[in-house]
Amino acid sequence: MSTLVRTRESLYRIIDSDIFYSFRSSPVTVGAAIVTLILVLGAIFAPLVTPHDPYDLEALNLMDAFNPPVWYEDGTWSFMLGTDDQGRGILSAIVYGMRLSLWVGLVAVLFSGVIGVALGLVAGYVGGNTDAVIMRVAEVQLTFPAILIALLIDGVLRGILPPFMIEELAIWVVIVSIGISGWPQYARTVRASTIVENNKEYVHAAVLTGIHPAMIMIRHVLPNVMGPVLVIATIQLAIAIINEATLSFLGVGIPVTEPSLGTLLRVGNNFLFSGEWWITVFPGVALALLVIAVNLVGDWMRDAFNPKLR
Amino acid sequence: MAAYIVRRILQAIVVMLTVALIAFSLFRFVGDPILALVGQDTTLEEQAELRKELGLTDPVVVQFARFVGNVARGELGISYGQRRPVIDMFKERLPATLELSLLSAVLAIGIGIPMGIYSGLHRDGWLSRVFQTVSLVGISLPPFLVGILLIYLFAVFIGVLPSQGRGDTVQLGWWSTGLLTWSGIKSLILPAITLGLFQMTLIMRLVRSEMLEVLRTDYIKFARARGLKNRVVNFGHALKNTLVPVITVTGLQVGSIVAFAVITETVFQWPGLGFLFLQSVQTVDIPVMAAYLVFVAAFFVIINLIVDLLYYVIDPRLRLDRTTSSDHGG
Repeated sequence: MSTLVRTRESLYRIIDSDIFYSFRSSPVTVGAAIVTLILVLGAIFAPLVTPHDPYDLEALNLMDAFNPPVWYEDGTWSFMLGTDDQGRGILSAIVYGMRLSLWVGLVAVLFSGVIGVALGLVAGYVGGNTDAVIMRVAEVQLTFPAILIALLIDGVLRGILPPFMIEELAIWVVIVSIGISGWPQYARTVRASTIVENNKEYVHAAVLTGIHPAMIMIRHVLPNVMGPVLVIATIQLAIAIINEATLSFLGVGIPVTEPSLGTLLRVGNNFLFSGEWWITVFPGVALALLVIAVNLVGDWMRDAFNPKLR
Repeated sequence: MAAYIVRRILQAIVVMLTVALIAFSLFRFVGDPILALVGQDTTLEEQAELRKELGLTDPVVVQFARFVGNVARGELGISYGQRRPVIDMFKERLPATLELSLLSAVLAIGIGIPMGIYSGLHRDGWLSRVFQTVSLVGISLPPFLVGILLIYLFAVFIGVLPSQGRGDTVQLGWWSTGLLTWSGIKSLILPAITLGLFQMTLIMRLVRSEMLEVLRTDYIKFARARGLKNRVVNFGHALKNTLVPVITVTGLQVGSIVAFAVITETVFQWPGLGFLFLQSVQTVDIPVMAAYLVFVAAFFVIINLIVDLLYYVIDPRLRLDRTTSSDHGG
């Protein structure tokens, strides 16, 4: 009973809060959030919402290849957005591709978040030479666009891995490449807030009780510097999705056997000149929709959680 | 002044050495350079001899020093894939990349800044809303997608512009230019828009938000109260004070253009450095990757130096207060 009351109370608190008010009063953000939610739910429940399983090679029929979308004379309702050269339904491929793109994006963001927050905490808390080295590296890396770093790491990983494993581990190569390319953003923010927290009394008190510095960082400082990290993570998610799509489009990302949105665009690009525009355009629209929606939510979060702008 | 410049140059050297160390590590530790160079039928003794000949048995520090020396003299190694000196391949492809990047930068700055000023001054005008929407699209769409859409629209659907290659080029010494032929110029249009769009939107958004910020300040109100003409207030007072952040970001964006060229060049099969780099990533051609890394780093460092020096010219506060100058570097 009491938990129910508490849940209801905290629900009221959320609905009553400034943040939720600023969310409600921005129709664009609400729209973007709804679109994001629909896309994410579609990706999670991909097997339930798609009419076909694009990975099931036996179900593919070459007779279905190059079917146009449903509003053309030759189109069928069974393949609403048409089919590609293999007879794969574009709609199903998009939903599954979106699933993969979102998953790769989320894991990459998590990966770079963990590295970035850890290094930022250490740099801010320990200070001195450790701080100088970590921040110098971050600075040098930030000079270059993330996609270039990701491409480079991708190439290096391909050089280190034995050839037969590259295909198998392709998704992880992409995740690690994008993950490493994003950490400085987190590290800089976390370092700055850690330095502020360092001078607060609760940290002094924790130091005086003699617990291990690692413990202070994780149990005491970390929870107080996590706010901005979530905002960065949302914005980074859009960037990670773009970068994954770019790597896959360039042919050094997700392989064609289980295509992501970028891979679909790479494949579709071959048919652009022969008139089968739907193979490229629909995955492109899906990617654009996903990125714009996530970006808008991220933009709103950045403004809503920034006390300066309130 | 001298101390400021010297410190900046020292920082640049540190960055370049770090990048050189990474490039060297790539060379040395990713794959075996000997195996990449010799055929399968060379004996182990021959391989050992070659290893010694190339100095791969020396201490790593000595090798690194030699690597830095070689790079400084423009010797960037031999491509595993094409078995030619990397520097020759770079010379062939540099003009294509630079011409494309330069035009994109001109587009991004020449259109982005006026758009930003306009939408900063006329915040709620309908044209500003159009600009804002365009910028949201430009910032959200991955450049390769923009490229594909432009190709579909102008090369396939309307069919007025070529979709790949540089068109006809004219050789001026070792520099090949596409700017002197009609087909060369036509080929340049779509890639330049693709490459410049993202930077243009960034610059526009920045100029807009800086203008909005400055227009709120008291000295602008005071300037208006003094009865100065709008033109004088907007451009003489407001725009001038947005310049420092605008120049930083614009400078960095010009550097990014050369790096983002990798994507655009691949979409348009543009025979430049970026396309070469991508092929080297696909085939794990380490010397080309390493050399590209050094090239891009050098480019960024030089641009950063120029930006830093421009601050000095633009922001008189830096000339007095040297202790705060480091805050503007990041």
